[in-house]
Amino acid sequence: MLKLLKNLTPYTLSILLISILTFIRAISELYLPTLMADIVDVGIVTSDIPYIWNTGLIMLLITAGGVVCAIIARLFSAKASVGFSRDIRKKVFHKVESFSLNEFDEIGTSSMITRTTNDINQVQQAVIMMLSMLIYAPMMAIGGVVMAVSKDPPLSIVLVVVVPVIILIVSIVATKGLPLFKQIQTKIDGLNMVLRESLIGVRVIRAFNKTAHEKKRFDKASRELADTAIKVNKLMAVMMPLMMLLFNFTTIAIIWFGGIRIDEGAMQIGDLMAFIQYIMRIMFALMMLTMMFIMIPRAAVSAVRINRILEKEPDIKDPENPKSTTDQKGRIEYRNVSFSYHGAEEPAVSNITFTAGPGEVTAIIGGTGSGKSTLINLLPRFYDVHEGSILVDGVDIRDMSQEKLREKIGLVPQKSVLFSGSVTDNIRFGARQASIEEVKHAAKISQAGKFVGEMEKGYDSEITQGGTNVSGGQKQRLAIARAVAKRPEIYLFDDSFSALDFKTDSALRSALKNETKNAAVLIISQRVSTVMHADNIIVMDDGRIEAQGTHEELLKTCSIYNEIANSQLAGEEPA
Amino acid sequence: MSKIKADHNKPETVKMPMRGGRGGGPGGMHGMGMPVEKPKDFKGAFKKLLNYLKPRKARLIVVFFLAALSTVFAIFSPKVMGRAITRLFEGIMMKMQGVPGASIDFTYIIQILLILAGLYLFSALFSFLMQYIMASVAQNTVYEMRKDVKEKLTRLPLKFFDTHSHGDVLSRMTNDIDLISTTLQQSLAQVITSVVSLIGIIIMMLTISPLLTLVTVLTLPLSFIAVKAIAKRSQKYFAEQQKILGEVNGHIEEMYTGHREVKAFNREKESVLIFDKKNKELYEAGWKAQFVSGIIMPIMMFISNIGYVIICVVGGIFVTKRLIEIGDIQAFIQYSRQFNQPIQQTANIANLLQSTIAAAERVFEILETEEEISDPESPVVITNPKGEVIIEHVDFQYKSDIPLITNMNIAVKAGQSVAIVGPTGAGKTTLVNLLMRFYELQAGKISVDGVDITKMQRGDLRNIFGMVLQDTWLFKGTIRENIAYGKNGATEDEIIAVAKAAHADHFIRTLPDGYETVLNEEASNISQGQKQLLTIARAFLSNPSILILDEATSSVDTRTELIIQKAMGALMKGRTNFIIAHRLSTIRDADTILVMNEGNIIEQGTHQQLLDADGFYADLYNSQFVGEDAV
Repeated sequence: MLKLLKNLTPYTLSILLISILTFIRAISELYLPTLMADIVDVGIVTSDIPYIWNTGLIMLLITAGGVVCAIIARLFSAKASVGFSRDIRKKVFHKVESFSLNEFDEIGTSSMITRTTNDINQVQQAVIMMLSMLIYAPMMAIGGVVMAVSKDPPLSIVLVVVVPVIILIVSIVATKGLPLFKQIQTKIDGLNMVLRESLIGVRVIRAFNKTAHEKKRFDKASRELADTAIKVNKLMAVMMPLMMLLFNFTTIAIIWFGGIRIDEGAMQIGDLMAFIQYIMRIMFALMMLTMMFIMIPRAAVSAVRINRILEKEPDIKDPENPKSTTDQKGRIEYRNVSFSYHGAEEPAVSNITFTAGPGEVTAIIGGTGSGKSTLINLLPRFYDVHEGSILVDGVDIRDMSQEKLREKIGLVPQKSVLFSGSVTDNIRFGARQASIEEVKHAAKISQAGKFVGEMEKGYDSEITQGGTNVSGGQKQRLAIARAVAKRPEIYLFDDSFSALDFKTDSALRSALKNETKNAAVLIISQRVSTVMHADNIIVMDDGRIEAQGTHEELLKTCSIYNEIANSQLAGEEPA
Repeated sequence: MSKIKADHNKPETVKMPMRGGRGGGPGGMHGMGMPVEKPKDFKGAFKKLLNYLKPRKARLIVVFFLAALSTVFAIFSPKVMGRAITRLFEGIMMKMQGVPGASIDFTYIIQILLILAGLYLFSALFSFLMQYIMASVAQNTVYEMRKDVKEKLTRLPLKFFDTHSHGDVLSRMTNDIDLISTTLQQSLAQVITSVVSLIGIIIMMLTISPLLTLVTVLTLPLSFIAVKAIAKRSQKYFAEQQKILGEVNGHIEEMYTGHREVKAFNREKESVLIFDKKNKELYEAGWKAQFVSGIIMPIMMFISNIGYVIICVVGGIFVTKRLIEIGDIQAFIQYSRQFNQPIQQTANIANLLQSTIAAAERVFEILETEEEISDPESPVVITNPKGEVIIEHVDFQYKSDIPLITNMNIAVKAGQSVAIVGPTGAGKTTLVNLLMRFYELQAGKISVDGVDITKMQRGDLRNIFGMVLQDTWLFKGTIRENIAYGKNGATEDEIIAVAKAAHADHFIRTLPDGYETVLNEEASNISQGQKQLLTIARAFLSNPSILILDEATSSVDTRTELIIQKAMGALMKGRTNFIIAHRLSTIRDADTILVMNEGNIIEQGTHQQLLDADGFYADLYNSQFVGEDAV
């Protein structure tokens, strides 16, 4: 939490002003009982009504001054706290945008989102509270004590006894209560998880007749939450009345000892009344502080989560002096490439060597977890190779700027994400300058032209966030159009045709052929019919290249390929 | 491509509506001036909520009684304390005026202080008891509520889950119920204490001085007007802030989910630019909202201080005129402080109550959703299911105005394999929904081994079926637990046997913890294909008579698919199988192929028969190998 609060540094002046204003406000608040004491001790005792009026007027002015200070302080604190969260949000977002996929794998996309949204809001709330309560409450508490002591030092001995007792109670409750508050959060998360699972898996649960089992699991989580909540609330049920009682008994003690002091003529009645009011203000301030102790740990958890993002250095950085590429275009070379995912024992791919040139189609086929997607993800530097190197147009991709490298690549991932905006916006995603003709051309090639034309507003039709208003096949075709519009040197298709039916698949590939004449094309597919006409087919198994060659060559030399081809092409003449 | 089961296909977007987060801790600082969500039917939902509290009526009455008592005792104390001060003052005044033998009447003061101590003690005791009892009342009420909702969910038809987003249901179960619990815990008793305080304090003040009471109460309308004026403004700013916050969060969500694309297409700069602009807008709206809502407290304090000054001045003058005693001023000051509290609280509670009832309404909405038709009272039990399935004259539709299946007839003999083929959205999943009675038919009947499935218990019916769904569903737990899900009390040997049969054993053993590997929440620590293998193993463990393979192999690559196919071949023996797949090669071995299009079976026969018929199927099949000149 403290680490994150360092981001308040630009607001030091504001905070200083807030502190000063709050201090003035606290003084104005604390001065009122003293003036009241004057009304009693001077005005009433001597029946001096004009004095009472005058003092009343001064009181009004002071309290008005106090409220003005409070409002100005509020203005500064609102600006500082919201500004603080704006700064953090900005830092976090900028940081995340610089992350490679490695960091996303590690933290998780949804967790990243929560950290940038909810967690920052939590911290903002806490900062707002801090800038008001956390400054005001101690000032009132300490100021109250100072004023009380100034009224009558001997009587203040009562406070010396009471305040430590209160601090003791608060700290006991805090040490007992804080873990419980944290526990509640965990229990809520647990309950959420159980429920979410049962919602997603409703068909499976019912198919396996596990409804009773799920109910039990839920009930257990729910009961645990209820029990913890009861414990917390019972603890609060003890604490609050106990604090009140302590203060009230303090008041009694003050009246008693104060009475004796008054009897001795050492103190005036108005001072006694003021004293009682100071005690009340101290009590109120301490109660507010207790509340802060409940809020801050919650925000601290968020702060830790935010810090994890801020402290993370992106795995992949641009070289200091990026090399520019040669005149070659559309040339890919993998040299003994090995890579393993974070925390994995076995490398996902190892010893990969192959080349691809402009106008060539390289297809990759292989089993689950055989490393096909990994292979492709290394090319745009979503991850960096651990051994070996990848060269694009003759330059090691780690020596290029990421921007220049990715400019060359048109990627269509396995599961494409579309963005909110029009169809045109989406196709122009990588090619900002593309003319409307170029957009339409790209759509036509990707076989998206027809359904876009049938949409209500054609190319101006709005795509919702994540592309939820188009079907899987349509989404995939738009994603292909997006890559085509970019006119890249290198096309990467990561199993991009699987959501398409066979007819569309083949029509699309026919149309693409013209587009990719001067580009290198890498295709991952599970359909032999898609890969069989490639210039080079790479058969992957267990992260290694099992064999590479043309369809005909592989049919003869590679048993795995033969098996796959037979299963899919049986009954047909294996061309 | 028709979009019949659009609801199933939608990617999981769990969006938690931001409803101001969790009710803010004990003593809740419920932000005044924030927009309040209003229930549609306050009375109705309120009554239903009361019904929930009915079983705890006795304890609630005790709580209310304790709350009232605690407040009454607390209200008496300032007046009593005032007497002690008055007596002190009188004593000292007489002393000052030199009245012979005058002294402070300490015996009287002791008496008063003892009474005061008693009042405080009882007030604290009652307050403690009240909160203590309320803790279990509130939490157990919402526990019951959660339980009811969960039970209800198990009785709801699949239709409900297909038409409601998970995020929505989750939010009702957690956020909404949480709000109800906070309100019950903190605010229900507060209603009583506030009302009792208000009335009590006015009475006490009146007994001291009606005139001074009047003067004090004059500040009330001032508070109301001030709060209302500020709250109105603040709500406007909050609404604006909320709107922009939604945009900012939307942008964050979108950019993070599409991170790969953003990188691949060099869009970081644009993304950051848009973010910075929106983030700035959020700041502008945000600080205004915070500022305006933040000044409510100081202004309330200010008004309360005006009251304080009035009491001091007017009270002081009254004392000099002997209209009231000096101690009464002390009492009045305390009363006026306590007076403001319940007013603020009532304003808060009114808002809180509204949003609570709105939350309760959403919970009750689930509880009142129409349930599945209940199981027959004397169900037919098939002891040794053979797996014969007959579908006769079945009509079915998801939406009342769009008929999907009309007059479907299929007869499948025990042990046969049926392949269902057709374009996406052709109604293949619908068949599963109907066979396992996830949805009810509009007309016709489905029978298994000659028994109408509506005459059976759903549980018994589903025991006959085993299925591997398109969306693999695994839960957070070990791989062993996930496989064992298929059968109660599965032995170690059985688990390993089915894992081997599903070709999962090998990959499981390569994981660091083997069968004890804990799958995380999204089961993202194993691949899609591996997940599929686990669900297949699980299905086989349940040893069903009828197997439904819903695109079981669609996300497994060809080579793995090949292995699975072999294992399946063996395991499918002696069972009736319904296989749904895109890949025509997987279904070639089927006894019957059902070709579906737009919900109807348009062709039916063996692979060769259908090819010879040269219809839709033949077209579909041949299209796999066109494109000789393609990429």
